[in-house]
Amino acid sequence: MSAVAARTSLPGGGRDNARFRAIVTTVVPEATALGDDEWSVAESIIGRAVSARPAAMRRQLGLFVRALDLLSLVRHFHTFAGLTPGARTELLERLGASPLVALRRGVWGVRTLAMMGYYARPEAAKAIGYRASPAGWASRGGAPR
Amino acid sequence: MIERDYDIVIIGSGAGGGTVAQELGKLVASGHRVLVLEQGPRLGDHEFSGNELDMSDALYEEGGGFLTADGTMTLAFGRIYGGSTVVYTGTSLVAPRRVIERWNVPGLDHADVERRSRRYMAENNVHLLPDEEINENNRLFVTGAAVAGYRADQFPLNVRGCRGSSLCNLGCPNAAKMGTHRVQLPAAERLGVEVVTRAEAVRIEDRVVVVRVSARKANEKGAESEWPAGNYRIRAGMVVCAGGAVGTSALLLRSGFGRVVPRLGERFTCHPAHILVAEHPREITNDVGHPKSYFVDRAEEAGFVLETCMYFPFVTAKNLTGFGAPHSALMRAFPRLQMILVLACDRAVAGNRVTVNSAGRPVVHYRFTEEVVRSLVRATRASARIFFAAGAVRVHAPSANAPLIDRSRMHEVETLIDERHFQSGRISISAAHLMGGCAMGRNARDSVTDSWGRVHGVPWLRVADSSLFPNALEINPYVTVMALADRTAQAVQADAGELLGGRVTLTTA
Repeated sequence: MSAVAARTSLPGGGRDNARFRAIVTTVVPEATALGDDEWSVAESIIGRAVSARPAAMRRQLGLFVRALDLLSLVRHFHTFAGLTPGARTELLERLGASPLVALRRGVWGVRTLAMMGYYARPEAAKAIGYRASPAGWASRGGAPR
Repeated sequence: MIERDYDIVIIGSGAGGGTVAQELGKLVASGHRVLVLEQGPRLGDHEFSGNELDMSDALYEEGGGFLTADGTMTLAFGRIYGGSTVVYTGTSLVAPRRVIERWNVPGLDHADVERRSRRYMAENNVHLLPDEEINENNRLFVTGAAVAGYRADQFPLNVRGCRGSSLCNLGCPNAAKMGTHRVQLPAAERLGVEVVTRAEAVRIEDRVVVVRVSARKANEKGAESEWPAGNYRIRAGMVVCAGGAVGTSALLLRSGFGRVVPRLGERFTCHPAHILVAEHPREITNDVGHPKSYFVDRAEEAGFVLETCMYFPFVTAKNLTGFGAPHSALMRAFPRLQMILVLACDRAVAGNRVTVNSAGRPVVHYRFTEEVVRSLVRATRASARIFFAAGAVRVHAPSANAPLIDRSRMHEVETLIDERHFQSGRISISAAHLMGGCAMGRNARDSVTDSWGRVHGVPWLRVADSSLFPNALEINPYVTVMALADRTAQAVQADAGELLGGRVTLTTA
């Protein structure tokens, strides 16, 4: 899937995807360092995952992302993307601990997608020191004795 | 609609379907035609790359992220030649006597289940890994458990030539795991059983299976289907459903069998689980070596089981509670992380069930009972004790108010980890042991099948998978599925003469 096609599948994705990038960088702060090509890969991963899910789930995710903007406007007079990183974190944490399971579930859903986009990239796996290999013990000089 | 004729059609190729296929393959010699339908593709050995995203998409239904109706738990089940036996870790245990006795299914006794289980364990090369192949993630679990006062047992595993890739849940890249894709299905095909992949059973009519065969999509893993893409109407003398607790229940429901067996879809259980991690002060061998070599069984006393585990970057990230800088810091500690999977032993309760939506797709309704939440919290406390006893400097406990517990507070786990902090929808809960929906029992008033997998009132229709379980098994289920599928196959052979006509060679189990 091309990056352009993927972007159209991002939940709540508008013309510039700023909303969803703001969520990703709030969930995984290291994502602020991603270049354009890396963003394309991350968004392609997310887009592919979203498009493979049932339509009802896609609608719910899109609604939640838009609701985030509305809540940001009501509370801070800015869209979610326009908030400071600290304010975004506070809002997501507040919603994630909400007594309403629908809101908790919404946060869980977008954070899961954000983490998928970031950590499912081989570069991210390498950066955190994940080294699993089909070669197994042979890749580490053999099993411990 | 293309029409075909078979004597027996088996739907699903996992632990149940693969077992039945091998056993009924013996009927091919007496002129019977046996067909296995598998919804997923057949992968070549070279396609098991170990890449987290690619393999999850290729092997699991919805990439392993199938959500329950209220969105608070994900269910992982395979959709591939070999079913979930391709994606489990190969842990092989005989059903506990207490569980089979508690099931109280007329005609089913523990001795029979054990005898059949041991036969398949031998066939699948089940054995204990030698000590020198155990990694530190597992060794720390054993050490910590001993210090904390828990007995850790070693898992018997069905591997042959394990190289310790740690990638079991993404399908073994070294063809070492002896699932049905390696043992029973190839044996069945050698006997003349036909296996058709990318073939979805749309519905079952009177001795007919309506099937949709799909073409391979561009860039998709796996071979083309053995049959041309299209819609098929397959007449069958007998039909054996082995699509798993969700798949079989949904198929029978959308085919209208709920009118015959009103209990269809009920008694769904799943051992809700979540991943706990702890950080050690030094790097440990965790993402190399078999990931799940030991367990602590507290099912009977406290309703939980702890298992060693090691997951992949995205799955690990998803399962840690929270986000932002603290979450990232823990992810960057990956080489120092020890992991434990905690599983709650749930019970069949009213409301937890499989249904289908207007499109006929499965919907799994599940709510966490107080008992399950209590078990998960107890299990989390026990894991925290084990982690700290093994030397961890901090423990991530989702059901604590602040999920990261520092070693300086290790004596406070009883109070820090508490049921009031367990919030469904906030904590990542997943389940891979999906059971029930076509429960065995006495008659159609209390169950869907008898103890031989015969659907009450529909003699040509059988079930051979974990949907038969009338309640949770409290251990990893695949060996028990094989034992019950073996019984189903035996009953099919016994009844084949009457239902299929002609001479049938009977074999003894």
